[in-house]
Amino acid sequence: MYVYDDFDRTLVAERVREFRDQVDRRLSGELTEDEFKPLRLMNGVYLQLHAYMLRIAIPYGTLSSEQLRTLAHVARRYDKNYGHFTTRQNIQFNWIKLEELPDAMADLARAGLHGMQTSGNCVRNITTDQWAGVAPDEIEDARIWAELLRQHLTLHPEFSFLPRKFKIALTASAHDRAAVKVHDIGLRMHTNGAGETGFEVMVGGGLGRTPFIAKTIKPFLPKRDLLSYVEAILRTYNQYGRRDNIYKARIKILVHELGAEKFAREVEEEWQSIKDGALALDASAVNDIAARFRYPDYDELLDGPPELGKALAEDKRFRAWVDNSVANHKVAGRAIVTLSLKPVGGPPGDATAEQMDAIADLADRYSYGEIRVGHEQNLVLPHVAQRDLPALWRALDAIGVATPNVSLISDIIACPGLDYCSLANARSIPVAEEITRRFKDLDLARSLGRLHINISGCINACGHHHVGHIGILGVEKNGEEYYQVTIGGRAGEDAELGKLLGPAVPYATSPTWSRI
Amino acid sequence: MLLVKAGRVVEDRFLRVLDDAPVPDGVPAIVPAARLLADARDLALRAAPTGVIWPNDRRIAELAPYLDWLALVALVFPTFKDGRAYSQARLLRERHEFRGELRATGQVLRDQLLFLQRAGFDTFEVTKEADAAKFAEAVQRYSVFYQPTSDGRPSARRARAARGVAPPLVPGTREVVR
Repeated sequence: MYVYDDFDRTLVAERVREFRDQVDRRLSGELTEDEFKPLRLMNGVYLQLHAYMLRIAIPYGTLSSEQLRTLAHVARRYDKNYGHFTTRQNIQFNWIKLEELPDAMADLARAGLHGMQTSGNCVRNITTDQWAGVAPDEIEDARIWAELLRQHLTLHPEFSFLPRKFKIALTASAHDRAAVKVHDIGLRMHTNGAGETGFEVMVGGGLGRTPFIAKTIKPFLPKRDLLSYVEAILRTYNQYGRRDNIYKARIKILVHELGAEKFAREVEEEWQSIKDGALALDASAVNDIAARFRYPDYDELLDGPPELGKALAEDKRFRAWVDNSVANHKVAGRAIVTLSLKPVGGPPGDATAEQMDAIADLADRYSYGEIRVGHEQNLVLPHVAQRDLPALWRALDAIGVATPNVSLISDIIACPGLDYCSLANARSIPVAEEITRRFKDLDLARSLGRLHINISGCINACGHHHVGHIGILGVEKNGEEYYQVTIGGRAGEDAELGKLLGPAVPYATSPTWSRI
Repeated sequence: MLLVKAGRVVEDRFLRVLDDAPVPDGVPAIVPAARLLADARDLALRAAPTGVIWPNDRRIAELAPYLDWLALVALVFPTFKDGRAYSQARLLRERHEFRGELRATGQVLRDQLLFLQRAGFDTFEVTKEADAAKFAEAVQRYSVFYQPTSDGRPSARRARAARGVAPPLVPGTREVVR
């Protein structure tokens, strides 16, 4: 995990001080709401249906146990005792008071957490594979590059007032767990013919009301050029992206209107004049960041320890969980464990303060104090010894995060929907809860195999419905909640948009959708 | 609106010439972009400094032929949320090496002053009087900057390089590197 140095800590503290001043000026009326809105958004503060919402970044999905305890503290002290993990490796608190926001941010800052650029028309939290650093199929740890990008794009003076929000995701594995092709910039690390590692650069992916799969504009970008090339893309977008219509302001529209080739030429021309300047990455700059990523000093273990074999043979429930929620690790004797935040009948992605505290303790005990957050809205313990799996399972089961439904039909990705969000047209959470109840019989769910349902409460597509195997989109018809259903979408390396199945159906029929 | 230069409120010595109005002799003047392109030869020969107000939807490269004699370029923020002129400013300073006065005009508010200064602006038509008074404070809110620009503030990367590469962490420990 990345450990902040004095520069990182100072910047976050200065940000809290600045935001406190901005909130004071808003409360005194010195700042109008119109002036305040972009400032609060760039600190992750939304005004929702019932209250202010605070969105905290979890860069590249990596959390320390101390940070998770801090999130639990914020849930308990400033909110209603729970938080909601999102599809972009963030966590949201839905009930925070504006006056208390600076204090909540100060508490978060002490643990190296912040809401910087989790919202607003700027570069958002950089996301990557939640298994980065431990996945057997990765070519290197993508988080080092995500952190280099994060730093470069934090409070960037040129790119803080872009035409629209801007999302970047990276993967360094053959299997893309970061959905990079539905991002404004998707970066895929791979090795070229000469044996060098670099990035395939894709632009203009995204969901929302005009979904696009990203197009490749640079098949191989050397690592030294990562920052300068991203800078060139952003500079092109900042100048030529549309600002006349909010629905046409994302980079995907610019890429679509110019055509990927012409866009690529614009970027190339810009890049040629900056690539050998101050942004070129030398080995020392990369090593400096890499040196602050902490890796566990694993004990030497063997795969398939006897304790595990015995428990697998004796306990069917444990076996079902291992089959479903435990993945291979790059180091022998270790495992990657996914914690399902999709309980039967519960809202997807929510965790209570007590669960967060308990998971932090379990991370200390079994996972070198480290937790990951994935875009599927589940948590991960990335460094578990296989021999500890039975004990860990019992502990996770006791706090309700061992439902063996990872990647099954009840592992639903959903946005907060009309229960919280001021943009939504329809509710998402009750639909998700109903589906999980219908498929609580895990044999039935398993018989369907890997199946992703994604639910969005409006066309903004925060639940990524276009890339769900089954996608459900809430719409409003004559003041009532209706849902459009798409099928055949997927988010990974072979990303595709789903096809509309037919006319929208009303909310009341949702219990019968399981017959689809 | 107050003009801030070098952290202080100053009087604007430039006269803003509108559209086709005559440009008075011997007075520093700012002309619209179309006027500059049409009358460049005459304007270049004026006895007093000439500046241009350049809209945020025109390419900065078009300005390049005039930069060696222009005393001032004013870039426009129609609202503070429209950030195109930040890119224009950096291109002027960093690519075209423009050393004249670079002025931010339009909706120029306290919470954007630091970004503006970092992008290369050195004079600011600050919209609110209270913001002009707080200029110095507003541009000193931060002491850490992750990205190198032409404003002279050292980036964290340079500062880290000067300090030397951080020592590798002892594997398995939870110490915070300082």
